[in-house]
Amino acid sequence: MSENNEIFFRMRDIVKTYPLGDEETVILKGISLNIFRGEYISVLGPSGSGKSTLMNIIGCLDKATSGEYILHGSAIDDLDEKELAQIRSREVGFIFQNSQMLPKLDALKNVELPLIYAGVRPRERANRAEEMLVKVGLKDRIHHTPNMLSGGQQQRVAIARALVTHPTLLLADEPTGALDQTTGQQIMDLFQELNDDGHTIIMITHDLKVARHAKRVVNIIDGELTEASDSEEVTFA
Amino acid sequence: MRTLFHKISGAFTMFTESVSMSIANITQNRLRSFLTILGIMIGVTAVIALITTVSGVSTSISDSFTSMGAGTMTVAVTGNDMQAGLTTENLEKITELDDVTGVTPTVSATITVARNGEYESDISLSGKNDYYFSTTDAVSRGRAFNPIDINTMARVCLIDQDMVDEFFYGVDPIGETIYLNNLSFTVVGILADSSGESITEMVSGTSDIYAPYTTVMKLNDATLVTSITVYVDSAAKSDTVKTEVGDYLDSLFSYEDDTYTITTMDSIQETMDSMLSMMSALLGGIASISLIVGGIGIMNMMLTSVTERTVEIGLKKAIGAEPGQIQIEFLIEAFLLSMIGGVIGVVLGIALSAILCHVMGTTFTISYGAIALGVGFSAAVGILFGWSPARKASNLNPIDALRRM
Repeated sequence: MSENNEIFFRMRDIVKTYPLGDEETVILKGISLNIFRGEYISVLGPSGSGKSTLMNIIGCLDKATSGEYILHGSAIDDLDEKELAQIRSREVGFIFQNSQMLPKLDALKNVELPLIYAGVRPRERANRAEEMLVKVGLKDRIHHTPNMLSGGQQQRVAIARALVTHPTLLLADEPTGALDQTTGQQIMDLFQELNDDGHTIIMITHDLKVARHAKRVVNIIDGELTEASDSEEVTFA
Repeated sequence: MRTLFHKISGAFTMFTESVSMSIANITQNRLRSFLTILGIMIGVTAVIALITTVSGVSTSISDSFTSMGAGTMTVAVTGNDMQAGLTTENLEKITELDDVTGVTPTVSATITVARNGEYESDISLSGKNDYYFSTTDAVSRGRAFNPIDINTMARVCLIDQDMVDEFFYGVDPIGETIYLNNLSFTVVGILADSSGESITEMVSGTSDIYAPYTTVMKLNDATLVTSITVYVDSAAKSDTVKTEVGDYLDSLFSYEDDTYTITTMDSIQETMDSMLSMMSALLGGIASISLIVGGIGIMNMMLTSVTERTVEIGLKKAIGAEPGQIQIEFLIEAFLLSMIGGVIGVVLGIALSAILCHVMGTTFTISYGAIALGVGFSAAVGILFGWSPARKASNLNPIDALRRM
């Protein structure tokens, strides 16, 4: 747990239902989760467990059907589309399974992208983006376009892009899913460094070995969360 | 204050980035962008070319009206039971009215022309008086008719170049004899090509042969003239002269109704102008249909683009792009596509109408109104037809978009 003991992420009784034909399918069945500043937490669950839905709600891409979600002092449930976008811009850095770089733009421009929408001026943008690329170890790849970068390098660009707005929360969805083991390990090492620097990280994964990199692991099965202790063995079919 | 400045500079940054990203997108799909631009381009070219060409024709027509003498008027006389037209004496009376510089009667006949075994029928013969030749440079060689020709009903004629080619191959026609309806006439001169035409001739076509009007009337067994053109010394006197001529004809025909009509050049020109502007509006309207088709092309391309870039849109939303920002991006792209087409269309339209005007021999003037219309119209089309795809993009659910990864 973090030393300053500040809970800046609070979910209480989050329920998410989707209409399916005449019935409502309940994806998330009342999830409560508190996260402290500086935590590194994995959400571990098999496909169909509701972890993607949970990630979308955590990342303010989607809103819960009921329940309370407070991120860094903002009650997410009361916000409209535009305000959600501003929260995403300010508070959340996304890292997806595939890095999703824009193919026409070089690494620098890709990292600058979130700053463009945040209205940061060009020179400052470029400086900050370059700083982040150096931080993720891509000092000599700054002007490479995606097709000139390996999968691991692309994922590093994505991490730089997530970091560049100085978000309070890094949210990673299967960040090593598309990488080989060695490259995946390098990315995990980078996550560890970021956490050591004080970044709060939530990582969504179905892979126990990946999940173990985090200091805290929660399991999600059938839309319900359970806290897993460090000693507990968790396996999925 | 500081935050306001921050907001404005942020919006500006966002805007310039959107423009450069749009340009990147447009240049990336070169062929598709070109085809889309082509639609708008053709529409604007058509609108500009039609409007400019019609306005060129209009200018030329009004120029030729002015050169024929502003303020002239044609008088058609049906007369009454006593006298169904005007006599030579009546014409002289009208000539003597204040501010009238002269009168030319309009007399014509259809005749058969023969010489040296060659002959041709259905030739149009026009009767002229001596005054006619002072209003226009009708004679290219030889002499015009003089008062003696008119008074003596002289059998002299002027022929055009076609007649020269047909009947006088290798011979100088001046002084030679030609047979009109089996009567011998002496050729005294050659008509200039497209000699100054009266309104009547413009409508009914030019004549191949001119003879003194008195001679033509004799050929027709007529003694009265039913149509004349009255020349006025200045356009400003047109109305006064119209009243004078009207008063004279009223008294001549005992104030009976419907014995004559006077048509001034001004009223003909007004009719002509309104016809031309109607034509311009009609053609412009038809051409603007192609602009709408071009707009549909833009809409089609933008919708395809939104579908293709679903993931990109989702990603941008995930990293903090507001719906409005996404909408602006797509709107700018549609606007740019349309404007590129519009600007090229304006240039091509002007070039095309310059060529058309040159070919038709009319005056070419760049119509700034048409340019503004072309550019404005294409901008409007871009925004109008780009709106719905841009809206679609902005409403895209980021989750659905990212699921496609």
